[in-house]
Amino acid sequence: MTPPTERVVSVVDGRIQAHVKTAGAGPPLVFLHGAYGLAWDPFLDALAQTHTVYAPEHPGTTRGDPDAIHVLDDLWDLVLFYDDLFDQLGLEAPAVVGHSFGAMVAAEIAATHRKRVSRLVLISPIGLWRDDTPVQNWMTLAPDVLVKAVCADPEGPIAKQAFALPEDPEAQVDAVVQLTWTLACTGKFVWPIPDKGLKKRLHRVRVPTLIVWGQQDGLVPPVYAGEFARRINGARVETVDRAAHLPQLEQLGVVAPMVKSFLGQ
Amino acid sequence: MKISMFHLMPHRELPADFEQRYHSVWVDPPWWELADAERVGQYYNWTLDELIHAARMGLDGICVNEHHQNAYGFMPGPNLMGAALARATNGMDVAIVQMGSTLPTTNPPIRIAEEYAMLDCISGGRLVAGMPLGTSMDGNLCYGVSPLEQRPRYYEGHDLVLKAWQAREVFAWNGKYYQLPKVNPWPRPIQQPHPPVWVPGLGSLSTWEFSAKHDHCYCYLSYWGSALGKRVMDGFWDFVAARGVEANPYRAGFLQLVVVSETDARAEEEYGPHIQYFYKKCLHIAPEYFFAPGYLDYRSLENTFKKGYLKTQLEITEKSAKWGYKDFVENELVIGGSPTTVRQRLEEAIKKLRVGNLMVLLHIGSMPHELTLKNVELFAREVMPHLRNVWTDKWENHWWPAKLRGPRTQGVEP
Repeated sequence: MTPPTERVVSVVDGRIQAHVKTAGAGPPLVFLHGAYGLAWDPFLDALAQTHTVYAPEHPGTTRGDPDAIHVLDDLWDLVLFYDDLFDQLGLEAPAVVGHSFGAMVAAEIAATHRKRVSRLVLISPIGLWRDDTPVQNWMTLAPDVLVKAVCADPEGPIAKQAFALPEDPEAQVDAVVQLTWTLACTGKFVWPIPDKGLKKRLHRVRVPTLIVWGQQDGLVPPVYAGEFARRINGARVETVDRAAHLPQLEQLGVVAPMVKSFLGQ
Repeated sequence: MKISMFHLMPHRELPADFEQRYHSVWVDPPWWELADAERVGQYYNWTLDELIHAARMGLDGICVNEHHQNAYGFMPGPNLMGAALARATNGMDVAIVQMGSTLPTTNPPIRIAEEYAMLDCISGGRLVAGMPLGTSMDGNLCYGVSPLEQRPRYYEGHDLVLKAWQAREVFAWNGKYYQLPKVNPWPRPIQQPHPPVWVPGLGSLSTWEFSAKHDHCYCYLSYWGSALGKRVMDGFWDFVAARGVEANPYRAGFLQLVVVSETDARAEEEYGPHIQYFYKKCLHIAPEYFFAPGYLDYRSLENTFKKGYLKTQLEITEKSAKWGYKDFVENELVIGGSPTTVRQRLEEAIKKLRVGNLMVLLHIGSMPHELTLKNVELFAREVMPHLRNVWTDKWENHWWPAKLRGPRTQGVEP
């Protein structure tokens, strides 16, 4: 697999230098990462087999540029940031795949700019709220509780990979600082409850939509799949067994073909 | 030297197995299982009485602060306490040190400009206006402030309050977080141009820069004593020197746990259990609540992790779980013993850290009312008079209410 190349794109009137990892060939696809930041993983490799994948780093999460987050005050600024970025990348109406926080942003983009997204894939999205089944705040859970909520097999290789820290003490401190700041930059748009009005806007999504949920998701329980589906006309829901909040990695062999087949329709 | 008594107003009667049974002392301790409103009313009244007693005994200031949803110290409205204290101490040589109302959790923050001005008026110009950032538990978890916004909201709230106190004209405030069409608070403070401002911090670079920029007093409030305190305060004084600011010791404040009895042995016997209660129960805070991501800005995050302040603190916390009274004293977290011992230790600490505004925690954890009064009395009679003149030869306390800066007219002399 060819490693992704990095593009730096000037957006928001030159005030943010967006870093976008890109790989593959074929129709354009934008991937929006979750709260833990962008890691080029086997799921993205799989998508790059059939698509040109553009994976932007959320502002502020790029190493060496923590202050970029301060350019964007709220969700509206963030949606317009992506509108700018799509323009600069020359993407008229790409497919958009988002995970968790990134899936919420993907839904916001599709609801705001109806013609900017050709197909929408929401993997374990946040963005809605039910009092009877609250979304867990991943930013304030003890590590052992978090791993159980996020991974169907908390002892398995995916869990280890997702939460691994470098052995070298200096690199470890660096990784903790980077991760904490990444959580801060994404958390800014959803703190303290990830219900920022998407429920009022989801009906505007008019593109074919696939909703993917891990059956054992302890962070955003699967009941939310129905909440998304009933607000998006014609949305298709796929729940994946033996997967929690990272189904695209926990069940790569199931989710990657499922997403690719949906995008290819 | 100015010495004030600090009070946290903790729950004094938590169950013996509290730290094993409950997740955290802060944010989610169950009120209905752990507290009784009538008994808590008694705690509030004891707290006020203990602080008023300290004022009568000649302490220079009395301090309260703001915290939410906890058994560690629950004065969610510090200015309610401040009002009672200001009224009860009128005519006394004592500052009302509010350490204080938290700007980012008060909306709009001119509420603090108003309440502090009320306290300054009621007390006859004896207010010290503490302006804490607020903890992550209070601001982010209990009051829902976005962690990344806590500091910018604090800065904006601070600028707004300072301007609101001093502006001669009604003005419009078009801020990022607060928009107010006509700012014109009634009342304004007696102290001109404004009451002294103290900024509590935990060693973050951003707070040092902020205090220096505005010429406020920086207060390092920790329970880890002068050993860790020295590392932080050395960093602060290096920072002050590098900035070319006058190294006036009154530019800095420090909090210290202090217990005094007739002899060292008696101090251990009387206060030992309460010190253990404080460190084991009152500080039983779930680690994941301590810094919500974004609460520390990027530079402070790097500073805190890379300089190892956090690591040292966590190591002390871990070790101290097994400590008895002697360990707390030997490791300098607590200064305790006979008046002679406390005098010596405290003087060393003050000089080592170069602090002019000392806050002493004289009520600790489960200490009962009578024992607290005894601690206050012994401290005021036997310790404080010997420390009063530290720093007075060369330095003036610009961060103290002007009318209280001269020689004391009341209180116990050596």
